[in-house]
Amino acid sequence: MNLAISAIDYISGIKNGSLTAEEFVAKTVEHIKKHEPKLHAFISLNENAVEQARQIDKKIKSGQNVGEFYGMPISIKDNICIKGGKTTCASKMLENYISPYDATVVSKLKSQDAIIIGKTNLDEFAMGVATEFSAFGPSKNPWNTDYVPGGSSGGSAVSVAGLESVLSLGSDTGGSVRNPASFCSIVGLKPTYGLISRHGLISYANSIEQIGPMGRKVEDVALVLNHIAGKDMYDPTTIDSQNQDYLTGINSGITGKKIGIIKEMSSGAGLDSTVESVFRNAVSSFEKLGAKIEEISLDMVEYTVATYYVLTTAEAGSNLSRYDNLRYGYDLDSEGYEFKSYISKARRNFGPEVTRRMMLGGFVPSAGFAGKYLLKALKVKNKLKKQIQSAFKNFDFLISPTVPVLPFKFGEKIDDPLAMYLADINTVTANLTGVPAISIPYEIRNGLPVGVQIHANNLQEKQLLQAGYALQSTTKIPEIRL
Amino acid sequence: MIGLEIHCQLTKLESKLFCTCKANYREFEPNTNICPTCMGMPGTLPRLNKKAVEKATMIAMALNCHTPERLGFFRKNYFYPDLPKNFQITQLNMYGPTSIGDQGKVTVEGKDIRIRRIQLEEDPGRLIYEGASEKTAITLVDYNRAGTPLVEIVTEPDFDNPRQVRIFLNVLSDLLENLGVSDPSLEGAMRADANVSVDGGPRVEVKNIGSFHDLEKAIHFELTRQQSLKERGIEISQETRHWDDKRKITISSRSKEEDEDYRYILEGDIPWVIMDDSSIHQWRQKMPESISSKKERYISKYSMPPQVADVLSSDKYYSDLFEQAHNESNAKEIANLITTDLMGLVDTREKREQSKLIPKHLSDLIGMVNSGKVTRSSAKNALQEIVKTGKSVSDIISSTGLAKIADEYELGKIIDEVISQESIAVQQAKENPQTINYLVGKVMQKTKGKADPAITLKLFKEKIKT
Repeated sequence: MNLAISAIDYISGIKNGSLTAEEFVAKTVEHIKKHEPKLHAFISLNENAVEQARQIDKKIKSGQNVGEFYGMPISIKDNICIKGGKTTCASKMLENYISPYDATVVSKLKSQDAIIIGKTNLDEFAMGVATEFSAFGPSKNPWNTDYVPGGSSGGSAVSVAGLESVLSLGSDTGGSVRNPASFCSIVGLKPTYGLISRHGLISYANSIEQIGPMGRKVEDVALVLNHIAGKDMYDPTTIDSQNQDYLTGINSGITGKKIGIIKEMSSGAGLDSTVESVFRNAVSSFEKLGAKIEEISLDMVEYTVATYYVLTTAEAGSNLSRYDNLRYGYDLDSEGYEFKSYISKARRNFGPEVTRRMMLGGFVPSAGFAGKYLLKALKVKNKLKKQIQSAFKNFDFLISPTVPVLPFKFGEKIDDPLAMYLADINTVTANLTGVPAISIPYEIRNGLPVGVQIHANNLQEKQLLQAGYALQSTTKIPEIRL
Repeated sequence: MIGLEIHCQLTKLESKLFCTCKANYREFEPNTNICPTCMGMPGTLPRLNKKAVEKATMIAMALNCHTPERLGFFRKNYFYPDLPKNFQITQLNMYGPTSIGDQGKVTVEGKDIRIRRIQLEEDPGRLIYEGASEKTAITLVDYNRAGTPLVEIVTEPDFDNPRQVRIFLNVLSDLLENLGVSDPSLEGAMRADANVSVDGGPRVEVKNIGSFHDLEKAIHFELTRQQSLKERGIEISQETRHWDDKRKITISSRSKEEDEDYRYILEGDIPWVIMDDSSIHQWRQKMPESISSKKERYISKYSMPPQVADVLSSDKYYSDLFEQAHNESNAKEIANLITTDLMGLVDTREKREQSKLIPKHLSDLIGMVNSGKVTRSSAKNALQEIVKTGKSVSDIISSTGLAKIADEYELGKIIDEVISQESIAVQQAKENPQTINYLVGKVMQKTKGKADPAITLKLFKEKIKT
C-alpha cells in the first residue's frame, strides 16, 4: 500500500473498495513508529486511531452515512485545541494543558470522519522559522535530516512530506504554513484573514494569523478548505465563504491571467541564487501556461519585516500574559512571593524566542514608545494594504519565491535573530494585508526543496488554487526517500 | 474640584459581555458561573453581547452624550489575580472617539456636570480575603463576576462640593434604574471613585469607597486634608488614596498605580461595531420615558403637586405601579395612595421583593374609596394587608371588616358614646365649631378609621346643636 497517495486518491480508494480506513491508518501508525525517532514531527499521537478507523469502516460497510474524509489521517499543529488531549504550543508553560473544548476546525474535521492522527511540533507558541524553538526538540526535514523543516508549522509539514499523515492543519502568522511547506516541498495555504475560524487556535498575533491547510497536492488543500472555511459564531472575525466549492474547476487553467512578479521579493542581495534560478523556471512555466507576466514594485515591502515584528510582539505580549504560572504550567511554588515578583520569576519558564518577543512586546506599545513603534507600524500596515489593493487592480496574482533562502542547517541562524527574521520577508505581506497566499513546491535542487508563492486578492482562494494547480502540473518533484 | 469615575453593572442583561454565562453572578456558588471564554482559556475568543452595546448606548443617550460612528475595544494590560487573561477588554478614546459615548452633560440643581466619556468593559473576578486585605493569610478568587458587563462613566471635575456629588449620584442611580439597564440597589452594582483637588493643585484619586454615603464623607475628608496641608505650606502629592471604612479617613495606598503603563492595544478579536443611524434610532425609540418627562407629564396632565410628581417619577418602582394602576379619572388618588400610604411599606429592596402588591390592588382600592365602600384611612390599613398577603381588595374588605360605617343609626350610637365621654370637648365645640374635628377623630379612633367622616361630621353638628 502506498502512503504517498493524495487525499483525493485516498477517498476514491475507499469508495471503490481498494482501500480500507483501518489498513491505511494502521500502515500510517506503523510508518510513524518507524520514522518518528528520526523526524520528530509529532508532540503527541492519537492512541485510538486504528480503532477509530475500524469504526468508520464499519459504517462504510453497513451503508451508514459517512463523512467526506472517510477515516483519512490528518495531523493538527499543537497550538490548535482538541478536547481532552494535550495542547502544548511546544512550551513548558502548557506542557500538561488539556483543553476542555475542540477548536472549530477540529470539530468540523471530526464531523466529516477525519481521524486526528496526532498533534504536530512547532516553534514555541508558533514563534520561529525552523521548529528549533520547540521546548520538546526540533523536527527534522525529511528530505535531509541535517536541515531544518522550516517553521513554525514544521511538524505539520514534516508529517505530510514524511508520509505520516495525508493532510495537516498549521497556522500562519507571518509565513508559518508557507515557509515549512516550501522547505519540505509540500503545498501550504494561508487563507484570507477571517476565512477560517480561529476559535481554538491559541493566539500569538491574533489580528493577522490564520489556520491554513497543508497537503502534498493543491487539490488536497482545496478539499480541506471546502470543509473548514466559513463563518463561525465562536469567532466574530470570520467571514462568509458563501459555500464556495474550491475543488470543482480547479483544473480551469490560467490562460490570459495577469501575473505580477513582486520585485522586492524576487531580486536583490538577500535572494539566494539557487532560489532565484528555480523561481525563474517557475516564471517561464507560468508563461507557457498562457499567463501574462510583468514585474511590479511594491516599495512598502522593504518595511514589512520591521512592521511585522513590532505588531506581532505587541500582540504576543498581551496574548501570552495569561501564562503567568498560576493558572498554567505551575511547576513553581508561589509561597513567599509577592504577586508581581512571582510572575516575573515564573515567566522564565518561557523559552528564549518567546522571552525575546515578550520583552519587545512589553516595549513597543508602552507609554512614550507607542508612537515611535506600534503606531508607526500600524501606519505602514495601512499603506501596504493600499499598495496591495491597487496592485490587484492590474493583476490577478502576485508571485515571488516563498522563502528567499534554501532550507538551512540546524543552529545556523538560531543565534542571529535578525538573519532569521529576514527569512520572513516574502511571507509577512500576506499576513499584514490579509490576502491569501499559497506555496507550491517547484523543484528539488541539490536535495533541497524550493517553493513558489502566489498571492491573490481577498477571498479569491478559488482562483488562487487554480493557479497553484496549474503550476503544480508543470513540476516534476521526485518521490521522497525516507 | 471634584470629578467622578462611576462603575455601573448592567445587571438587567441576561449574559456576560463576551460569553453566554449569566450576568447575574450573585446567585452562584463560587467559580460555577464560568466557561472557557470568561476564564480566558487558550484559544477562546470574545463574542460581544450586542444587548450590552444597546443598553450602554441608552445610558449614553440619556446622559446626552455623542455616540461614535464606530465602536472599538482595547486591551488594558496589567497583572492581577482577578483578571483571567491578565488584560481587561475595555474602551479607549485616545485614537478618536470609539467608546460608547462622550461629551455628555447632566444638570443637577441648576449646575451642569459634564460627562467626559462612557465606556463598556468587562468586570474582573472578585478577590475574597480573610479579614482585612493587608493582613490576610489567604486570598481566594471567585471568577463568577469575571466578564460581566460594566459601564464606566467618567465626569469632568465639575463638582463644587460633596453634597453635589451625592445629589448627582442619586439622580444617576434613578436614571439607570428608570432605563431598565441596572438595579443600583444590588450590592456592588454601582461603585464610584473620586478625583479631588483644591485650587488647581495635584489630583488625588480616592478609591475603595463602599457606599455613596461614605463617598460624600471621603470627599469631605480629602478636601479638608488637602486644604489644611496647603494652609501649612506642605506639598500635596499626586497619588491614589484608599478610603478606610473603619477610621473614616483616606490613607495613601503607597502603590505605584498612577505610574502603571497599561500598554493599550486594539482588541483585534472584536470587529469594529458600526453605529449606524437606524440602530441608534431604533434604540432611542426603545428607551423608556425619561424621569423629567414623566414628572412634567404628571404635573401638566394630572395637576399633581410637584413634590408628588417628583417622588413618583424618580422611583421606577413607584412610577411603574402608577402607570399600570391609573386611568384618566383616578390618577391623582393613585399617586396620593402611593406617595403617602404605600411608601413606608415598600421603601427597601427586601420589602419590595417580598411585597405581594400588584397595580390592580391600587386601582381596586381607589375604586372602593370613590364608590364610598371604604374610607380613605381604611384603604391605608388594607394596603398593609395586601402587601403582606396579596389577597384581593374585596376579600380583604369583607374578611377584615374594613367596610365603611355609613349607617346613621350605628354611627349615632358611637357618637353618643363619645359625647358622654368628652363633655369638655363638646362644650368647646359648641363655642368654637372648628374644634369639632377633635370629636370626629375620636369616632375614627373607635372605628379604626371605618366611619364615614362626612356623615360623622353631619351627625355631630346635629347632635351638639340640639
